[in-house]
Amino acid sequence: MYFLAAEGGESTHNPIIPLWQEIVVGSVAFAVLCFVLMKFVFPRMEQTFQARVDAIEGGIKRAEAAQAEANQLLEQYRAQLAEARTDAAKIRDDARADAEGIRQDILGKAREESDRIIAAGKEQLAAERATIVRELRAEVGTIAVDLASKIVGESLADEARRKGTVDRFLSNLESTGAR
Amino acid sequence: MFGQANVLAAGQAAFPPSVEDFYLPSILPWGAHDSYWFTKITAMVWVAVGILIIFFLATYRKPQLVPTKKQWLAESIYGFVRNNIAVDMIGHRGVRFAPYFTTLFCFVLLTNFFAIVPLFQISPNSHIAFPAVLAVISYVMFNYVGIRHHGFVKYFKNSLIPPAPWYILPLLIPIEFFSTFLVRPFSLAVRLFANMFAGHMLLLVFTLGGFAMLSANAWLAPVSVLSWVMTIALTFLEFLVICLQAYVFTVLTASYVQGALADEH
Repeated sequence: MYFLAAEGGESTHNPIIPLWQEIVVGSVAFAVLCFVLMKFVFPRMEQTFQARVDAIEGGIKRAEAAQAEANQLLEQYRAQLAEARTDAAKIRDDARADAEGIRQDILGKAREESDRIIAAGKEQLAAERATIVRELRAEVGTIAVDLASKIVGESLADEARRKGTVDRFLSNLESTGAR
Repeated sequence: MFGQANVLAAGQAAFPPSVEDFYLPSILPWGAHDSYWFTKITAMVWVAVGILIIFFLATYRKPQLVPTKKQWLAESIYGFVRNNIAVDMIGHRGVRFAPYFTTLFCFVLLTNFFAIVPLFQISPNSHIAFPAVLAVISYVMFNYVGIRHHGFVKYFKNSLIPPAPWYILPLLIPIEFFSTFLVRPFSLAVRLFANMFAGHMLLLVFTLGGFAMLSANAWLAPVSVLSWVMTIALTFLEFLVICLQAYVFTVLTASYVQGALADEH
């Protein structure tokens, strides 16, 4: 059996000579495979690769744009902040100056007012004093005369002389008192 | 003239294996020995084509920017051939050849791989018809591409006349012609065919050898076991050869296309 197979085989088949049926089958099968894969699969893969590259590059570009925008915003905020700071400083200075002005104003007014009050008081005092002095002078004269007439027991006829004596006495009294 | 399967079923090993073991009986009509239209070999070719078409169409039906696992796998295969073979060998012009190279690579790899898949266990590429078809396509392709790129006369001038002193040219031109236009398709086809043929033959020798020794003498059983262990080891070697030959076939095709497109020698 085995000998038959071996001998028969060598005469029927030569492995280096292709079978034409297999060439046909191989060509057709491989052609079908090539057609399907090269038409429907690999071009789409190429497209997907391209889309992926685009997506990545687009992403980078978008990120760069966003970065630039963020930087610009940051600059803007910084500028605004600096501006706000100077504004605040200016407002503070103004307020301080205003406060100083107002203080001076109030102080002046108060001083004026106090001066006025003091002056009025003084004036009033002087007037009252003058009144009192005048009243006292009249009364002191009468009392002194009454006293003197009682003591001396005589009425002084000469009114003018009597008045002069009293006045002189009083002014002497005043000048010594003031001293 | 029984098939190898019958022999094994009868408990008797046909040893040593012969070329006939590569020509299994036809499936349709069942058991015929002179009909080659529908055999295990051609069926495997169709299965390979079917698997590849279904795999790629299924994984790439709805491609997304952020790939799913399967899509990533399909893209990796294409990306490998595109970047590591087509672009590396040919440059940016190689991108347009990448679809064909990938198809070629996948087809050769899968049909080779059948050599060690249980139940398939033989590669269609151990029949020279299939490597021959692929080699003829590569041959036609690189010549067509070269003629289209350079024009007919300039292409042959570029290919046949190396930059050498004039007195050596009478020797060099026949050699160039022989190596470029005659040997290339044969070497391409025979390299793949012979590797797969020899691989299958090796596995047969060690597998059937084990049976042969066992049936010859029961005391040889340990040697039979060693023989089968060798089969397993050789299967790993075969896997290496499978991948390597698929890669080599694609790289050589790319290299021929690159040579045809090159401006200078």
